[in-house]
Amino acid sequence: MLGEGIIKGMVETARNFLGSYVREDRLTTVQYPEEREPQIENARQFPFLVYDGEDWETGLRCVACQICEKECPPQCIYIVKSKDKKPDYKGQMQFYPAIFDIDLSVCMSCQICVEVCPFEAIKMDTDYEWSTPDRFAALLVHKDQLARPNAYYQQLHPTDAAASDAVLAQERARAQAKARAAAELKTKAAAPPPTS
Amino acid sequence: MSGVDQLFVQLKHWALARCAGILPEAWQPLVSLLLSIIPLLVIFPTLFAAMVWMERKGLGRIQNRYGPNRVGPFGLLQPAADGIKALIKEDIVPRAADRVVHWLAPVLLVTTAFTVYAVLPFGRNMVVVDLEAGLLFFFAVGTVAELVVFMAGWSSRNKYALLGAMRAVAQMISYEIPLVLSTVTVVMIAGTLSLPQIVLAQSPASGWWPAWFVFTPWGAAGFVLFLIAANAEANRSPFDLPEGESEIIAGYFIEYSGFKFALFFLGEYLSLFAVSALGVTLFLGGWHAPYVVGEWVPSWVWFFLKLLAVLALFIWTRGTLPRLRQDQLMNFAWKFMIPMTLINVVIAALWHWIGSGPVRWLVCSALVIGAYSLLGRGLMRAGRWMPRTYRFAE
Ligand code: SF4
Ligand code: SF4
Repeated sequence: MLGEGIIKGMVETARNFLGSYVREDRLTTVQYPEEREPQIENARQFPFLVYDGEDWETGLRCVACQICEKECPPQCIYIVKSKDKKPDYKGQMQFYPAIFDIDLSVCMSCQICVEVCPFEAIKMDTDYEWSTPDRFAALLVHKDQLARPNAYYQQLHPTDAAASDAVLAQERARAQAKARAAAELKTKAAAPPPTS
Repeated sequence: MSGVDQLFVQLKHWALARCAGILPEAWQPLVSLLLSIIPLLVIFPTLFAAMVWMERKGLGRIQNRYGPNRVGPFGLLQPAADGIKALIKEDIVPRAADRVVHWLAPVLLVTTAFTVYAVLPFGRNMVVVDLEAGLLFFFAVGTVAELVVFMAGWSSRNKYALLGAMRAVAQMISYEIPLVLSTVTVVMIAGTLSLPQIVLAQSPASGWWPAWFVFTPWGAAGFVLFLIAANAEANRSPFDLPEGESEIIAGYFIEYSGFKFALFFLGEYLSLFAVSALGVTLFLGGWHAPYVVGEWVPSWVWFFLKLLAVLALFIWTRGTLPRLRQDQLMNFAWKFMIPMTLINVVIAALWHWIGSGPVRWLVCSALVIGAYSLLGRGLMRAGRWMPRTYRFAE
């Protein structure tokens, strides 16, 4: 009969209404600033730059290759390459970013910059409390605010960090092996040919 | 009993007597009117604030949320915060808008919404003007809301606003008819158009069955029909097509911001209170208690309790029912509401004609149930379901 469904619906909403006063578990709302839910490991909010060692300025992994700048869909990364070079984790001389800015108001947390970076230099942070009273300058995040130690990355995303550390270790080992081979070759070349 | 019951009436007389000494004789009626109006101008906006809070809390609980709980204890100060926010917001008027009409619409809405309170009796001897044709006045002034909605939609120069206004006008005109027809039954039985007289016709009798009109077959049907039509008139869910946030993003008040938006909001709620108060007056015995023993509670307490109950029902339906589609809306109005109200008028006539006794109960109840189930079946069958064909997507 007409109206049956309406009555059923009204009963259901009445049960919700009354039930929410009786049973706490019906209310799934998290009272945010006081209560927080732990974030899942793969949560991603905003990129940060990883550095090795103690000093963030010398330790930044980023080599200012500008791939992320070109790939970022909303074009919110701005990089200026340095004039000089500094040694990277392999000891190879590389450029570094003189300026590395990300516009927080434009970034859409897509993680594409992370995917394209060949140097494991940019990763996603899980911190989401970036609100500021200033709409413009404060939302342009600079290099010094972006830099985070590798330990922080390991703590945020243990699985990813382990994988990326392994990749870097492998690279480093290969570079060292190559250097050793080159050195051996050199010593071999330098050594007088064996007399027969 | 009569002390508290007539408290406000006595207060007014006392204030009037005070003024009589100071003011010239000719001003007396004016002062008397002002003294009746000012309390209404205070009470109903307060009720608006309370209603917004209740509605947000109630809807929240219906959806297993908390609702507002930050501003003040239990979020009670939330309406104040909302009001301050609306006041300090920028007032944006579209460049192409018709400025005068755009400005006039919200003002007119609130003014007319307040005007209809003039004829509503809020308690014993508590009515601003006891018009002979109060009910007629209520509907005549109430229809201005349609005009206002169209003014707002038209003057905004926005396609969504205009669409919303078109929908609103179509809907309000369709539901105006059942709204008026459902009240005709009461007029027929009470034999008067004056609202205080209608309330008097429902004075508690000595018997065990309350004399409210809702406790009769035609009254029960009339009350339900009235509530549905009132819901549609007030543009509330499930009849909120003119606003339809998900389709036409707030419809006719899309171009309103800041305080004008707040005025629209206020006006809508004031009309809702007015039409609920009318429902209470017509069907729920106005300020009367159901039994003589309940008369020790002041009449205005009864009235506001009933009003709050009706408002709670409105919140409840809003939390339950999803929005109708335009064709469903029209089908419901023209194929169910209007025939049903017309049949109800006949039933009320029969009720009057048969005279008291169990026979009229039997006949009228049977007629109500029969008409309802037949019309309901027709309405349910109206939807013919066919496999959907896609002409271009293949
Ligand atoms: S997360 Fe996406 S939007 Fe944000 S900086 Fe990286 S590539 Fe750009
Ligand atoms: S973050 Fe990675 S991709 Fe971007 S410039 Fe630095 S090294 Fe290149």
